[in-house]
Parts: sequence; structure tokens; C-alpha cells
Amino acid sequence: MTKSRPVQRVRLFAAAVFVLCVPGALRAETVSERAAPCLACHGETGQSQTPEIPSLGGQPAPYLLIQLYLFREKQRTIEIMNEMTKAFTDDDLRAFSDLVAKLPPPPPPADIGDVARMHAAGALITQLRCNSCHGLDLAGRENIPHIADQREDYLVKTLRDYKSNTRHGYDGVMAEVLAPVTDAQIVELAYYISRFR
Amino acid sequence: MITCVTARRSILLAGTIAGLMLTCPAFAQQSQMAPASPPAPAPMAAPSPAPAPMAAPAAPVAAPPGPAAAALPPGSPLIGRPEGNTAAAALAPVAAPPLPAAADKLPTAKLKLPPGFNIEVYASGIANARSLRVGDKGTVFVGTRFGNKVTAVVKKDGKTENKVIAEGLYRPNGLAYLNGTLYIAELSQISKIENVEANLDKVNKPTVIYKDLPKDEAHGWKFIAIGPDKKLYIPVGQPGNNVLHDADHGQIRRINLDGTGRENVALGVRNTVGFDWNPLNKQLYFSDNGRDWMSEDAPEDKLNRITKNGEDFGAPYCYQGNLPDPEFGWGHKCSDYTPPIALTGPHSAGLGMRFYTGDMFPKKYKNAIFLARHGSWNRTNKFGGDVVVYFLNKEGNVKSSEVFLTGFLENNKYLGRPVDVQQMADGSLLLSDDWNGAIYRISYGKAHTASR
Repeated sequence: MTKSRPVQRVRLFAAAVFVLCVPGALRAETVSERAAPCLACHGETGQSQTPEIPSLGGQPAPYLLIQLYLFREKQRTIEIMNEMTKAFTDDDLRAFSDLVAKLPPPPPPADIGDVARMHAAGALITQLRCNSCHGLDLAGRENIPHIADQREDYLVKTLRDYKSNTRHGYDGVMAEVLAPVTDAQIVELAYYISRFR
Repeated sequence: MITCVTARRSILLAGTIAGLMLTCPAFAQQSQMAPASPPAPAPMAAPSPAPAPMAAPAAPVAAPPGPAAAALPPGSPLIGRPEGNTAAAALAPVAAPPLPAAADKLPTAKLKLPPGFNIEVYASGIANARSLRVGDKGTVFVGTRFGNKVTAVVKKDGKTENKVIAEGLYRPNGLAYLNGTLYIAELSQISKIENVEANLDKVNKPTVIYKDLPKDEAHGWKFIAIGPDKKLYIPVGQPGNNVLHDADHGQIRRINLDGTGRENVALGVRNTVGFDWNPLNKQLYFSDNGRDWMSEDAPEDKLNRITKNGEDFGAPYCYQGNLPDPEFGWGHKCSDYTPPIALTGPHSAGLGMRFYTGDMFPKKYKNAIFLARHGSWNRTNKFGGDVVVYFLNKEGNVKSSEVFLTGFLENNKYLGRPVDVQQMADGSLLLSDDWNGAIYRISYGKAHTASR
């Protein structure tokens, strides 16, 4: 959990960009090849095995495009993502969103969860109308992300960041929606959403 | 936090290094992607129309509609949304695509105006172009809600140049201009750049003049303007769809240009994103958006007029001047609040407005209000997405209105969304479109030879 490793990696990455990008190193990779490092952390099949790194499977292309744009513009700050997207053109952003949008949604985990807890949290989802925008199947649409079976730790972190407005979001809707939601409820929402079936 | 498992680390590094050459700024990108990638508006505009847009609600195993399903927490933006209604479930806020459309993909040819008017592209490629202001030398300044930049559009020798003059800002939607100084409204602070047009390639960083503003995201982005009294007018909307607000919200306030002397000029304002002063009676007229989720057709948005400082326009107790709010209206009378001078359509989102004072348009448009209606999201059949003109009588009340520009709405989808209007020195009218990141110029008379 130390910060040094990602930082080192970003530096190494930056150095490598510098070295490899000298004139003459002309390479034209396919988008899939270019996306390999992305999927190393986010999961080749669309399902992340890495703590706090989201599964990208099932995400709608418009949502992905918005996030990549926010990373490039440093309006969403995660160092490695800002670094990765720094030199992206608009066409790169579109190509990566379109490619990643083809990954299948993550399957529900084997752990079906505690029945009583799932039941109560399911009622909370309905009460808070998460399914109003994200859909009854929590699969999202257009600019609204697929949240069903997302990593639980990532969901908790994301909901907390939206509530505290440390993650601003594109249009600020989540900050508004989460304003009246408690932290204890956030934990329950993540428990349920990550085991949705 | 980003701790991929060690085994993965080597993969990552290998992948990274392989992946880099591709990230090389100059190379690698060309090949397969260019033709494959759709133009900017497509990603958002494409998907399904209203009826059944949700991916098969196959497994609603979830959420049994228990007793908890009833109450939303106070202040939730979803209060009022009917439960288990598929038409309502199909509605969600429509966010503009982040990337601007290429100039040749703009819907200019589909836009319709009254006979004799022309429309052309004035500038393109300005992501999420919103509020417009024009400087003394003709520079057009552009604010944005989803981006972090303020852009200056400069026309020189028949060429158009977009220069970023400020960046790293937080939702810099609002702009005002007076005597060489540009004022910028971010979500919760106002700053200024003096002598902004002196050298647009080397513009000073904005200096903050006012920070006494709430930080709410909901209705936090701002439209600002400077009045005939040389004061800066700043709206602070309700911090949610329909909420009881404190004394710092739901209002239009004004301050001196040095940030001092705060005073409220209007109360009970849900969310105004456009206002201007009547050149004849010097009164402030403003657009105000009604609440969501009450119904498809009510309440309508409003055009209001301040005749006396401190007037209350009703939110959240009374909407559209005659409709008590089902939740908060109990014990309140609509007659206790100042009624609107015009209703501007349900969920239509009237935003930027200006009085037209130019001489280029036919005489009937002189001193009329041009209102850009951004268009609805909280309605099955989208409404608005156009420009409407309101004609006033001698008393300053609305005597009639007519739809001036249409064509942004096609098959219940937006091809573009108008945000702000701005009159130019020659009497032409600029119109911003945040969906496409573009600005159009509307002129009257001999067809302009457009550059497109």
C-alpha cells in the first residue's frame, strides 16, 4: 500500500516513454496491443483482480470516453492514469473507449453473500434509486457506468470519493445523490452491488 | 494504492514498455483508428430512444420493494420519481460528450431560422462551449461546465483561432466582461483577468476576488453578468432538485467588482443560468428552471423579472407561479410570490438570454429577449433544444413569443444543445452549443459567405 511503487513505476514509465519515443522508434501497434498494459491491471477479461482497480468489462463506451478524457485533462487525478493518457489524441481516447467497451461484464462472484444483509442492502438500492440511472440490472447506459459485480473495495472507495467530492465526476450528479447517504450505507451498497446477480 | 500483485508487476512493466512506443506522441496513432472512430456526437447521441433503453431487466432478483422502498432521504434529487414506472426509469440526465465535434460534422445545415436569417459556424473544437462574452476588440470568450478551461476565439485575416487563456479551473461556466476585465465564475469562486485582450498569447493568471460561495455540485456552476449599476450579479441555485435551502442558496446576489458589499436581489430562485437587463427599464430579467420529477408537463420553466430588490420567486414552495409544490407547498400560497412574466416550457431548461439591441435584425427584434433553451432530459418526449424570442410591451411584460431557431432535436435525440446567446458589435448573434463544442453566428440579410 505504499505510494512509492506506483510513483516509481510512473517515473520508469515516463523515462521509457522518453527513451523509446526518440525519432526512429516508429512503431504502429494495433489498439489491442496498445491496451495490453491497461488490461494487465484492469484484467484481460474485463474483471480486475487488483485491489481498488476497477473491472472495466461491460462499461459503456461513452462512460469510458468521459473517464479517459478526465484523466487526460487531469480533472480526475490518479497519477498512473494521468501519465498513461497524457499524450492521447482525441482519436486515441475514442479508440480505447470503443475497444474496452467490448470486454464482457464481470460475472457475479461465487460468494452469494449473507442473505439477510443482501436483502436489506437490496432494499436500500431501491430506496436510494441507484437503479434509476444505473438500471434495474445495474448495467449502466451511455455516460452512466456498469456497476454490477464491480470490485467491492473499488465501489466503497468510489462512493466515498464521490460523497466527499474528492472525485468530482463529470457532471457532479453523484455528489448530489450521495449527499444524504451515510458511510455505513455506502459499505452496504458496495457489499450488495459487488455480489449482484 | 495501485499495487498490482508482484507477479503482475512484471507483466505490467513489460506491457508498459511495449505499450509505450505506441503512446509516443507523434507516431503510431494513425493506422487503423482514424476511419473507425465515429465523430464526437455519436457516442452519446446514438443509443436507443425513449421507450425501452435499459438492457433487459432480466434478473430483478434484487431489491424486493419492501417498506424501505418508499422514503428517499431528504434532499435526494430523485424525490418525486415514480417507483416501478418504466417510462420514468428510462430518464436520466443527458451529459454532453467530452470531445467537441469536428467542424464538418456540425448540424449547421439542419438548423432552421425565419426567412432572411443565415447561420454559419463561428468557431468549433471548444469542448463543452457554454457561456459567451465579447471583449471590446471583438474577442469572444467561452466558458465551460465540464472542462477546466476558458477559451478566447480570435478572428484574424479570415482565420479563426481558439486560444486557451486560463486552465486548471473548476467548472468555469460563467463569464462577465467590463472595460477590459474578464470575470470568471468557477463553482465556488469568482476571479478576474485585467487587460485580458492586451495580449491573448500571454494572459495573466486569474486573481480571485470573491470566495464566499457554497461548494455544492448541484446547480453549482454559474452564469454571471455585470449590471448597469456596475455590480457583479451571481446566482446561487438550490443545492438539489427540490430542497428547502438555507439563506445562502436559492438566490441571485450582487457584489461590488472588488468582491465587497454582498446583497441579495432575488430569492426563491431554483436555478438561473442566464439573465440580462432590459435596456429600456434597466430591470433584471432572468430564466429559472423548474424542478424535475413532478410530472412530464409541469412545472414549466420561467422567465422572471425583478421590479424590486429582494423579491421572492417561490422555489421550492411554488413553481411556475401557480403550482404549489406537492412536498413543500403545504401552508404556502403562490400569491405570496412574484409570478413569472412568461412560462418557457416543461423541463426545457432555458439558459442563456440577452436583450437584442443591434440594428442588423428586423426592427421587431429590437429590445426583445433571445432565450437559448438547452432542452429537457426529464421528459419522455424531449422538449426545447432551440432558441425562442420573447417580445415585450411598453410595460416590460411579455406580449408574445416565437420559436426562432430549431433543428437541434431530431427523432427525440439531440444533434446539439444551445446554451448561450451573445450579440456582436455588428448586430449578429452568436449561439453556443455545448453538445458539439461549437459556436454559430446568426446574421440577417445578404447571405454571408460562410467558411464551412
